[in-house]
Order: sequence, then C-alpha cells, then structure tokens
Amino acid sequence: MTAETIHIEFQVEGGNFSRAGYPSSEVKKRLKQLNVDGSVIKRTVVALYEAEVNIVAHAYRGLISVDIDEHKILIRLTDEGPGIPDIKKAMEIGYSTATPEVREMGFGAGMGLSNMNSNADRLEITSKVGQGTTVEIVNFFHK
Amino acid sequence: MKIKDVISLVEGSLITGLENLENPVEMAFSSDLMSDVLTVKTDNMLLLTGLVNVQSIRTAEMSDISCVVFVRNKKVTDEMITIACESRITIIQSPYSMFKASGILYQAGILPVY
Repeated sequence: MTAETIHIEFQVEGGNFSRAGYPSSEVKKRLKQLNVDGSVIKRTVVALYEAEVNIVAHAYRGLISVDIDEHKILIRLTDEGPGIPDIKKAMEIGYSTATPEVREMGFGAGMGLSNMNSNADRLEITSKVGQGTTVEIVNFFHK
Repeated sequence: MKIKDVISLVEGSLITGLENLENPVEMAFSSDLMSDVLTVKTDNMLLLTGLVNVQSIRTAEMSDISCVVFVRNKKVTDEMITIACESRITIIQSPYSMFKASGILYQAGILPVY
C-alpha cells in the first residue's frame, strides 16, 4: 500500500432503507483494492454497515466520512437526529427503540451497537439528545 | 457439498451465480434477523432466510456470505439481483419452508455454525 491517504464521504438519508449499505459496499471495494486483509475488511464493513443502518433507522440525515491511510481506517458517522439519552443502556444486548418498520427490515433487535463494538478496534459514541449522534470507528490494518 | 447439490436438495431455482455451481459449501445459518447474521464470523457460508429485501443481500455482502437461499419462493427484486451479481453472491429460490430446507441440508451434511 502506498503512503497516500484516501478520503471519501457519503450522505445518508434517514428512512431510506433501499440505499442503506451502499457506502459500506463502496468502502469494502476500496479496501479490497488496497489489499487489506480480508478479516479486517469484514470487521470494518460489518461495523460500518451496522452504524449506517442505525442512521437510516433512527436519524433524519447523516454524513459518513472515511479516511484511510497506510495503517488504519477511520470512519466518522455524524447524524442529525433524536440522539441517544443513555449510551450505556443502548449498548446492552436486546435494548432497542427501533420501530416495527425497522424490525421488518431484519434489524432493531438491540444487537447493533454491541456488534459494532466487537468489530471495531476503537469505537467512540457521543450523542446530544435532540441534536444527533457521532460514531467513530477505527480499525488497524496490522496489529 | 457443492452449490449445485444444494439447489437440487431444496428443489431450488438458481437466480444468480451460474458461475458458482461447482463452489463448495460446508456451513449454513438460518435466520430472518440480519442483526444476528452480522454477528457470525464464518465466511463463505450459506444463508437461509425468508427475509427478502435489499438488506438481506447487503448483509450477505458485508458478511462474506457466498450463497443465499430464499425460502417459500419469495420474489427476488431486480435491485437485489443487481447487487448480488456485483458481489458474486449466488441466490437460490426454494419452495420449501425454512424448517424443511434447513433440515434437508443438515441431514445431507451441511454443518451448523453454532
């Protein structure tokens, strides 16, 4: 891999489930082109996809910003939405505030945040109720 | 077992992935809950699901699942076919229920993930 850095951005629209997954798919293609290890790619895109689905499911709109350098991928997802009042509780497996529509799509079982956590080397979630949530995912290519 | 054997066991129709018929399959997972599928670490497994939407194909793509069997002959959309072709995911449509399709494949030697 070369030492140059790559920056990609994607807009995410709340409620638009048919487009959910496109950014994760593009990031997967890019990491494959860079010959990143397959297990790191899978962990990264699973964490990103879960985070992306959360924006679609809960927020009004969001922005995904991806920075890739020689050593790591840094993904920052910022949304405008209701925010998370209690992040610790939201991380608990089985806790969910998802609507029936989200559940019909195969999500909203209260597993997403903990799965993001297990697929990210670093996960940071900050949120302001009534404003929105920021999720930062960092995965390293070599450990 | 090969993909072509899976098709014949579940009396399925091949929707995408004609080039993958000889690919081997060892393990499978049956679920309509994509959140659960995304927690599975096994690569190249078979997914049996009754959830027919773009997100089931996206979930397969992110999880490196090579083959999806949609049970009860649920209609696969053009958008799903496009994404599956781009990601080289095989789609099989089966008239059987998830219980029956899973049982037949298990009996024929496909291993469970858990």
